[in-house]
Amino acid sequence: MAESRPLGVPAAGLVLLVGVSGSGKSTFAARHFTPTEVVSSDTCRALVADDAEDQSATPDAFDLLQHLVGIRLRRGLLTVVDATNVQPDARAQLVALARGHDLLVDAIVLKVPARVAVDRHRASGRTFGRTPVERIVERHDRDLRRSLRGLRREGFRRVHVLDGVEEVEAATVVRERSWNDRRELTGPFDIVGDVHGCASELRTLLERLGWELERDDAGRAVGARHPEGRTAVFVGDLVDRGPDTPGVLRLVSGMVAAGTALCVAGNHEDKLVRALRGRQVKVAHGLEESLAQLAEEPEEFRERMTAFMDGLVAHYVLDEGRLVVAHAGLKEAYHGRSSRRVRAFALYGDTTGETDEFGLPVRYPWAQDYRGSATVVYGHTPVPTAEWVNGTICLDTGVVFGGALTALRYPERELVDVPAEREWYAPARPLAPMVPEREPGALAAADVLGTRWLDTTFGPRVKVPEENAAAALEVMSRFAVDPRWLVHLPPTMAPVATSSRDGYLEHPDEAFEEYACAGITTVVCEEKHMGSRAVAVLARDAATAERRFGVTDGSTGQVVTRTGRAFFPGDLGRRLVASLTEAAAPLFERLDTDWIVLDAELLPWSAKAGELIREQYAAVGAAASVALPAAQEVLDAALARGLDAPALTALADRTRRRTHAAAAFRDAYRSYVRPTDGLDGVTVAPFAVLAGEGEAYAATRSHRWHLEQVAAIHGHPLVTPTRHRFVDLADAGARGAAAQWWLDLTAAGGEGMVVKPADDVPVPGDGRRVQPGVKVRGREYLRIIYGPDYLDALDVLRNRHLGRKRDLALKEHGLGLDALARFVAGDPLWEVHQRVFAVLALESEPVDPRL
Amino acid sequence: MLLTVSTTHRPATDLGYLLFKHPDRVQEFEQSFGSATVFYPEATEERCTAALVLDIDPVRLVRSRPRGTPDFSLAQYVNDRPYAASSLLAVAIRRVFSTARSGRCDARPELAATPIPLEVRLPAVPCRPGGEAGRDLLRRIFEPLGWEVEAHDVPLDETLPGWGPSRYLDLTLSGEVVLADALNQLHVLLPALDQAKHYWEAPDEVDKLLRSGGDWLAAHPERDLITRRYLGRRRALAREALTRLDELDGRPGAETTDGEQQEEQAPAWRPLHQLRREAVLDVLDELAAAGATSVVDLGCGGGQLLADVLARPAYAVVAGADVSAVGVLATQRRLRIDERSLRRTPDRQAEALRARISVFQASVTYTDERFAGYDAAVLMEVVEHLDPERLPALERVVFGEARPGAVVVTTPNADYNVRYPDLTGFRHPDHRFEWTRAEFAAWCDGVAARTGYTVERRWVGEVDPELGAPTQLGVFRRG
Repeated sequence: MAESRPLGVPAAGLVLLVGVSGSGKSTFAARHFTPTEVVSSDTCRALVADDAEDQSATPDAFDLLQHLVGIRLRRGLLTVVDATNVQPDARAQLVALARGHDLLVDAIVLKVPARVAVDRHRASGRTFGRTPVERIVERHDRDLRRSLRGLRREGFRRVHVLDGVEEVEAATVVRERSWNDRRELTGPFDIVGDVHGCASELRTLLERLGWELERDDAGRAVGARHPEGRTAVFVGDLVDRGPDTPGVLRLVSGMVAAGTALCVAGNHEDKLVRALRGRQVKVAHGLEESLAQLAEEPEEFRERMTAFMDGLVAHYVLDEGRLVVAHAGLKEAYHGRSSRRVRAFALYGDTTGETDEFGLPVRYPWAQDYRGSATVVYGHTPVPTAEWVNGTICLDTGVVFGGALTALRYPERELVDVPAEREWYAPARPLAPMVPEREPGALAAADVLGTRWLDTTFGPRVKVPEENAAAALEVMSRFAVDPRWLVHLPPTMAPVATSSRDGYLEHPDEAFEEYACAGITTVVCEEKHMGSRAVAVLARDAATAERRFGVTDGSTGQVVTRTGRAFFPGDLGRRLVASLTEAAAPLFERLDTDWIVLDAELLPWSAKAGELIREQYAAVGAAASVALPAAQEVLDAALARGLDAPALTALADRTRRRTHAAAAFRDAYRSYVRPTDGLDGVTVAPFAVLAGEGEAYAATRSHRWHLEQVAAIHGHPLVTPTRHRFVDLADAGARGAAAQWWLDLTAAGGEGMVVKPADDVPVPGDGRRVQPGVKVRGREYLRIIYGPDYLDALDVLRNRHLGRKRDLALKEHGLGLDALARFVAGDPLWEVHQRVFAVLALESEPVDPRL
Repeated sequence: MLLTVSTTHRPATDLGYLLFKHPDRVQEFEQSFGSATVFYPEATEERCTAALVLDIDPVRLVRSRPRGTPDFSLAQYVNDRPYAASSLLAVAIRRVFSTARSGRCDARPELAATPIPLEVRLPAVPCRPGGEAGRDLLRRIFEPLGWEVEAHDVPLDETLPGWGPSRYLDLTLSGEVVLADALNQLHVLLPALDQAKHYWEAPDEVDKLLRSGGDWLAAHPERDLITRRYLGRRRALAREALTRLDELDGRPGAETTDGEQQEEQAPAWRPLHQLRREAVLDVLDELAAAGATSVVDLGCGGGQLLADVLARPAYAVVAGADVSAVGVLATQRRLRIDERSLRRTPDRQAEALRARISVFQASVTYTDERFAGYDAAVLMEVVEHLDPERLPALERVVFGEARPGAVVVTTPNADYNVRYPDLTGFRHPDHRFEWTRAEFAAWCDGVAARTGYTVERRWVGEVDPELGAPTQLGVFRRG
């Protein structure tokens, strides 16, 4: 009995099964891999020809197989090719495919006597057209024997040969993760930039970060431990140029050995190792310092450090794939991959092969194009200050050139730095930002066009259909304000479930019931102002606007509509921002922030919707005001002359009712019309503070908190307070009182109210699908929505499919919160914009291609 | 909505015979959009009035509308259909008074063919923009048909007098007219005044128009206006109808004129948009002579410039981009490069078209790799449609990132606007600014300096020695 041999295969990569037809590859694959991991030539042949044995379909089948394998490899999935793979060119194409995706490829050879394979075919009844089975198997066997000699030189990482049926039967497979795959480590991490032999600054920095140094008998730092169990990650370039390369290596290698640190290789380690191994290298860029310093160390130390540096991995994928550390950064397609070019990118960056006027290699600013979801932390290129660019950050702040040694606390995203004690080495060129003249407002059509799926932290996954995105691009480009101000768009709000109460389409009872059923104990009822929804983005001054929003034209904010347009053009808009910023001053104080985003209603409705009111509502009212009395007159005359028909009486009654309804309708819109002149007469009713520096309050605070905050600015003449009351849902009396409050409010011309959970805050990943708020609109107000006579058609209107609206409300709410949270976290503009754009797209009528 | 028709012809109750509706009865007719009731509020020897009351339930109208209903207002719960005299009333007239409209009257055949004193009242006739202009339109339309027009303003909201009159007029027509003619006129003229039909216009719409309007419409001085308004959205239908009306009227056909053609009658005078296109094409020809073979028109609109460039073989690759998705589809169709047209084109030809011309949706404020690699780019009357604070984004996207070999920019010259005495504000309602010569020069020089281009400025149109030309043009060449 053969011994079980565990075969190591790459956990992400390609495995070729090699063996004659009938050698048991499919059985082997089924035993050791999941069905989706296996791509079989027989299956592909069946897919393209309806017949797994149709040999004439082989070229097409192989095309399909390569396509499938290519897609899986691009996505980084383990893929097993179940085909004979006995011919070198078939293997070569698949090896090249894996290489093209920078993944490893193994071969497993199933060497089974030809006679066994033939017998198996006989038993299964499988045929190959008119060719006898023996001939086929014989040919495969010949090809295989010829292949075996050179197989190891074909580019496989490993070739496992299973000799004989017993070995095949007994084999076991283990998946080996790549060295760079440490996604199980979730931190927290302290990621340290290029040290370059600055041992003293490194020790100071570690202590500032709360690390406790361990020293040997000679007092040299040989390790460090963080009391909170943090892990240090070094981005490479520990060595060269600086005063104490051995000291840095001693400390970092000690930390790595003790498991308190990880370290990736830098280009300087790469070269130093080659120099120490006696290879021919040009001694420049500070290598001479390292060689001189190490020459004074004992031979044993030198060897240990050489081995340490030689064993460094080029990049790490950490924290479930959310964090990538590489010395010179890494583009998304290379994350977790292994190949020479991936290593070269990680060590040297995206070099173009040219050198600049200082003799340094020209690097392509890959971070500018980066659109990946993982945070990439790197060093390599000295920059004056560490800055986020599209979710990537360079921590090399040039300590050895007299700059600073910088660390990033992750996931906190805090930067901690220690200034250089002196300039240890003169730079070849002045420190320059990695991305020169970065345009913070840079957005790309590819960020928003086409069908897109967006994951949101606080809501469901959202699909933005292509045709909606097309419509939104036009609105966004033609009408919306500068996207740098557009950090949020308000979501649509679902109405309350339809009431079956006589004479009502909407009533507070259903709102209370909905939230009680969802396990909410207290809700807040907020007066719904009849105005225009507004988002106010306010910076304390132009400097804040530039620092936080990247806006440099001197403007300090924007007040935008639901579709991202400015409420007022030019100077009026600037004056509104200025007055609102002044009004909100107490909020800036309370929240210790120099910018805020307010969710509000701008009043009166007529200020922005004057045209709509006149064209749509007043015009209908005007037509009714002449048509109905005229009809009434002739009906009365007909009845007076004695015409007697039930139809006539009924029509007269209906016309009378309509006359009243039309009058009520005109009263309804009139209550939202107030004369305004420019900003005179305009007020703002804020009801939430969506975000400020360091916190997206919309995602972290309750509505009770929000109302407490905005109460701080209620004295200002520009601010209209939002009346509200809290309702304990367990208290029937409180519910009844709130319903009465709503009746009074709406009887006095109010639009209605919004009911929201009072104390709950959004929970990330919460699948409960509780509406963030529902609106309960007044009976009279609804005439504006459903028409003057809607109360006569409640039977029809009650059937008003709210599902889509409720679904949309949840999605847009999730997108809106995500946009704010990302903006607060300092994520790149395009990521914030994608979410804001998606809200607009979901609200846009899709462009019908048939138009 | 209400229509009353009264007569003082004696005996006035003969109106009942003419309308085929008995004066002492109340008759109801169910329509898909509500019910129509006909009755007589007065019926004496001296004066008889027939009333048609159309009772429309807008909620049911919205709920029952089929997908893609053309009239937007019908998709709204709040709409004027229950009150105003609209195409719905025209349909009710056609159905309820179909016999009367045909002029047939077995009981009073002579009377049916005789003009009789009639008074027609429609309390809310939609007639944009209302007020004096609306009244004027009503007179132009009804007076040639023998009516005396009395029309009162309906205020938009009497509690808000500042808002002025609404688009509705309270209309009373009086005159000696054949009743069948009166009904046919209303059938055509109410939808023409309303300019919103509740149903799609099928090709047989022209036949309907000719049936109701044939005789009197052909000779009406405002015939073109009425036909165009009646067939509103479908210009092809309007042309067909006018040609056929010409035949009825014994006039030679093809006298149909678009406003634009009229303006072009003076041979030396060409409209500015044409001069602009020619100026840009001149630049493109110069660039082609210097080796340019590809061009992208950013903000290509309807694709007029693209069509002209396609006629120049020097340009082997031609592209158009526009922010309007609907506009892009229309332009693709016009250039016959939409998927449907290409499917009907022979393979090789389709391949050649695909390789040479493409039109796609894009925005000049979003970086777009599809803009890259062209020898020339055109921004014809585009910049002034962007808010000034978005111009740096355009500069980055076009000059900084796409970096074509040359960029041609045209924009209005605000200095020249004093030459348009009627102009208030900007030349187009969507213009966000219009630059003076100095402002345009400053922008051009700034962009050129920042992005490594050189710029040359030219005039388009007649040059005024004081003010320059109506349009200014800049040619940027990559340094």
